[in-house]
Amino acid sequence: MTDTNLFSLLIVSSFVAYFLALRKARSWQFSENKVSLHSLPTYHGYLSAITTALPALIVLFLWMFLESSVVSAKIVSSYSELASMNEQSVSLALNEIRQLAVTGLGNQDPSSFYHLAAKQYNELYDQSNDLRSISVIALLVIGFLITYLRIKPDSRTRNSVEKFVTYFLLTCALIAIVTTVGIVFSVLIESIEFFKRVNFFEFVIGTHWSPQIAIRADQVSSSGAFGAIPIFWGTIFISFISMLVAGPLGLISAIYLSEYANKKVRAVLKPILEILAGIPTVVYGFFAALTVGPYIRDFGNWLKQFGLDFQIQIFENFTVSSESALAAGLVMGMMIIPFILSLSDDVISAVPDAMRDGSTALGATRSETIWKVLVPAALPGIVGGFLLAISRAIGETMIVLMAAGVAANLTANPFNSVTTVTTQIVTLLTGDQEFDSAKTLAAFALGLGLFVTTLLLNIVALHITRKYREQYE
Amino acid sequence: MNNKDIVKASLKKRYAKEKRFKLYGIVSITLSFLFLAFLLADITGKSLPAFTQTYVKLEIDFSHKNLKLKEKASYSEDELFKASYRTLASKALYQLFPDIKSRKDKKTLRGMVSVGAQYELRDMVIDNPNLIGTKKEILVLADDDLDSFHKGIIDRSIPEELRRVKDKQVSWIDKLEADGRIVTRFNLRFLTSGDSREPELAGIWGALKGSFYTMVITLLLSFPIGVAAAVYLEEFAPKNNKFIDLIEVNINNLAAVPSIVFGILGLAIYINLFGMPRSAPLVAGMVVFLMTLPKIIIPTRASIKSVPPSIREAALGVGASKMQVIFHHVLPLAMPGILTGSIIGMAQALGESAPLLMIGMVAFVADIPQSFMDPATVLPVQIFIWSDSPERAFIALTSAAIVVLLIFLFLMNFLAIILRKKFETRW
Repeated sequence: MTDTNLFSLLIVSSFVAYFLALRKARSWQFSENKVSLHSLPTYHGYLSAITTALPALIVLFLWMFLESSVVSAKIVSSYSELASMNEQSVSLALNEIRQLAVTGLGNQDPSSFYHLAAKQYNELYDQSNDLRSISVIALLVIGFLITYLRIKPDSRTRNSVEKFVTYFLLTCALIAIVTTVGIVFSVLIESIEFFKRVNFFEFVIGTHWSPQIAIRADQVSSSGAFGAIPIFWGTIFISFISMLVAGPLGLISAIYLSEYANKKVRAVLKPILEILAGIPTVVYGFFAALTVGPYIRDFGNWLKQFGLDFQIQIFENFTVSSESALAAGLVMGMMIIPFILSLSDDVISAVPDAMRDGSTALGATRSETIWKVLVPAALPGIVGGFLLAISRAIGETMIVLMAAGVAANLTANPFNSVTTVTTQIVTLLTGDQEFDSAKTLAAFALGLGLFVTTLLLNIVALHITRKYREQYE
Repeated sequence: MNNKDIVKASLKKRYAKEKRFKLYGIVSITLSFLFLAFLLADITGKSLPAFTQTYVKLEIDFSHKNLKLKEKASYSEDELFKASYRTLASKALYQLFPDIKSRKDKKTLRGMVSVGAQYELRDMVIDNPNLIGTKKEILVLADDDLDSFHKGIIDRSIPEELRRVKDKQVSWIDKLEADGRIVTRFNLRFLTSGDSREPELAGIWGALKGSFYTMVITLLLSFPIGVAAAVYLEEFAPKNNKFIDLIEVNINNLAAVPSIVFGILGLAIYINLFGMPRSAPLVAGMVVFLMTLPKIIIPTRASIKSVPPSIREAALGVGASKMQVIFHHVLPLAMPGILTGSIIGMAQALGESAPLLMIGMVAFVADIPQSFMDPATVLPVQIFIWSDSPERAFIALTSAAIVVLLIFLFLMNFLAIILRKKFETRW
């Protein structure tokens, strides 16, 4: 039976189990000598449905994940041609066999070992399929019978169901941990592989990044240079520009909204500014690349002309490119404004009114109260919010991918193009990729760096904010 | 001078400072607004050309000779499908410009109608075989260059060598226009067709369907699991337990992990380890699910927390078990808050693109996906792909796709606000 058929069978049989158990329990309830049940009849129904479907479901999933590797291992062990090959050619040969088996044997030479293996492949799959259907059906029946036969008026079914639900809830909560473990696992293993090929220090302090082409013959890895400093610099540079825009604008807007604006204005303004936060980053990226970028380029060219007219030295090597750090940084700053705004607004509103009143009673103006009392009191929260914003700027992908370019320039000129960690990850991992090459592995190393950096920033930020909240609660 | 005088002397300065600061506040809010207005106006303005489409009115000769069909009473669908439609539009064009003789010019001339025109004519004939042997005025889809020129996106005042439409073509277009042969219609194709390399044939239906399939998977996974996790953490988790603290810190952190990291996870675990197919909405949904999960858990916990203890105590008092209290009373009461949070989380998920680039959704997919396993792309990624295309006409298409995406997002957020307003309970 196919996956879909088995799944439908599973769902149908759990419904059947539910109603059969329900009927059996109710038959006691409504019998002549009216036995009182410990648990409501529906709980008996739930328990039967669970015990019927769950074991079969688990087996079905395990089968799905393990089937292909078991079949491949069997084929490899039964053909001496495959057993003698190295790992890479085995996987290539297996792919070919799979292709043959799926598309039909066609006009292949029937005596070739590929042909034989493909035939065996199909046979193994048929066997596995039969075995799977039999075991799933057997589990369905056994699971149902075990609970159904044990339904008694005094069986404590509700407790079993509730216990089961608790475990289910716990499992769901554990998915957060599993996700983090999955992230660490996926970046770490490939990163270790990468640092086996490229010296760690060359990566961290090298100033030349060109993963595509060999620069010099004696390089550790023959496929390129992996000095990540220009990438780290590009990331920091763009994040800095964006914070330069978003920091003051966001903070001052937040102060205005929470201290000056009256309730009505606030109720209208805040949701509208939150729209900014809801716009997808790809939209900002398009805007940065097609609208802001050209303006910035024209402005840069004008500036360069202006500098050259006055014969200022630095403008002689002033590069203006169509993809610039400034365009990406500006638009990213605009994206982060609502983020900083709402975080700062929360912490400033959380400062107790007693402090405002005290300051006002001493004769301070509003702005004096804000700068000398509220902001210092809310500072930890504001700093926490800024750290979260920085972490977001560092991890932002689409805007920099579309507007900042891929050239790894080590430059402080905002009109030049720079590249960032996220951009490099995308360019290295999309398109044609040979797995296991230093080039693709580098992306995982960058991913590890990105994950660790943002994780640290987040932990510090959350810690500061939490401490701050406790202070005024 | 006593203190009073000192204060009085400084007052003017202090008030000026106060005024100045208030002004800064207004300026920074106005700036943010102007930016939002500029962004929306710019994109909407750029999108307008994509909603109309230029057609050339041509007299098509469906003669048997042109179709390369033998003369007989009726044809099977297969015969009609295999007939030749390639030259129909070109021949009609040559007739309008009888003095064009050179091969090169003829080639340029036929390039003025879309390469998709022949398939439209084919479908037309298959729908209505009576057309065979007749002549009929038909609106034939124009090429994107003619389309852009007609809409004024390609400016005729720029020098010829910088212009995609050359002077010769301009004269032809002017003649067609003078004859009333150039017609503009609503661009329905933009909403109903899949991606294409030709801007005039490209549409967002494939991407919309891909987004739909992805969102279904995301919702099916993240809503039940997110709510279950929130219920556990809020109601069952032992207090002051190190492991539970770890889970909580973890969830808060996951909410702030860069989205691209989830893409790396999808690539390394789902695709390379589990061998799931690339570009499939199933995998995309599973990646976006991991990102959306914390965004659903956090608001769900908040709204569970806001249900007052009196409700729980009353239910416990009449003999409900803890599980019954939660599933019969607390969750239904918390549901408006949970739904609001989930809709906002789903809206964010709908706009997500970076992690999906990593699992192969940047691939060019012309077919409309029909299932969760078909190669597909999603709307934000389609926007990214189009924004990278060199043809001018794709700018309008990209902007129009953004407008569609934003309409969906605004609708979702609007729904969330309505839900919150309507069912908000003050305890």
